[in-house]
Amino acid sequence: MSFEKFLPYLAVMAVVTYLIRAVPFAMFSKQIKSRFAKSFLYYVPYAVLAVMTVPEIFFSPDMIVAGVAALAVAVLLAYKERGLLTVAMCCSAAVFVTELIAKHI
Amino acid sequence: MKGRFLGGMRDGIPIALGYLSVSFTFGIKAVNDGLFWWEALLISMTNLTSAGQLAGISVIAAGGSLVEIAMTQIIINMRYALMSLSLTQKLDKHFTKGKRWLAGFGVTDEIFAVASGRLCDVTAAYMAGLITTPFVGWSLGTALGALAGNVLPPSVQSALSVAIYGMFVAIFVPPMKKHKSIFFVVMLGIALSCCFKWLPLINRVSSGFAIIICTVIAAAVGAVLFPVDDAQESEGAA
Repeated sequence: MSFEKFLPYLAVMAVVTYLIRAVPFAMFSKQIKSRFAKSFLYYVPYAVLAVMTVPEIFFSPDMIVAGVAALAVAVLLAYKERGLLTVAMCCSAAVFVTELIAKHI
Repeated sequence: MKGRFLGGMRDGIPIALGYLSVSFTFGIKAVNDGLFWWEALLISMTNLTSAGQLAGISVIAAGGSLVEIAMTQIIINMRYALMSLSLTQKLDKHFTKGKRWLAGFGVTDEIFAVASGRLCDVTAAYMAGLITTPFVGWSLGTALGALAGNVLPPSVQSALSVAIYGMFVAIFVPPMKKHKSIFFVVMLGIALSCCFKWLPLINRVSSGFAIIICTVIAAAVGAVLFPVDDAQESEGAA
């Protein structure tokens, strides 16, 4: 993509992301009072990660069946509370193995 | 001072290793979406966030508007405001305002998790070290993925493309076991996300806005049905 087209996107992403983190970090010393706002912010990380993962994980590898295997392996290992790196790598391995098998049957 | 910085860098090593593999796949995706390798690297060096960057390049690839990309970043990265806010309670009293404006750049899920888990106050030197190693890992991984990703066989590229989602699953699944409310919010989010993928009419909504809408609805319904108490909140988000 040409730099002239890319630069505005980069600037908006970087500035917005920076301000979200740095403004509360530098400016606030009090706690949020509203129970709804606190609860909403508490659930946002889980909601956003789940929304981004499913169903996109199915379509990210070459074969949908490999995406299904990846999610199954990831959920199983995460349920057993394995670390981020372990889950991510085993998830990739599941795709590799599934596609290898699928291409040979 | 120097010792604390090095201590922070050491504590950042496991985070950096995790970031290396995830940002490698980000680099591959960015190049496949039509960006140059140095554009992918610039995004990583200025944003330092997985989910936001991933959503960002999908908006860029689809030719979305600047408003759309700004809103996507606000919604996806809003959690950092909460983390920054909670971390201010643990900062050393010599952590001056100028240093806070600098260190605020590096509040990621994992850096927040390590910093807030410290038993003593977080000093500026420690925080700087804790941000440095993951920043290097994140940038290096992105450049390697963007430059060398396409020399990997397609089967390996396909396998690595799910690593970033694997990391997300590793963050949202464990708390689902402990909290029914989080289980509910995650399942509702997934159901909505599937609707936006497959149901006629609403499947035309661009992916950036779909992420925003699904997240806001799932988190808001969760907040109405299961308002959190202070004890639960202090356990911290992912």
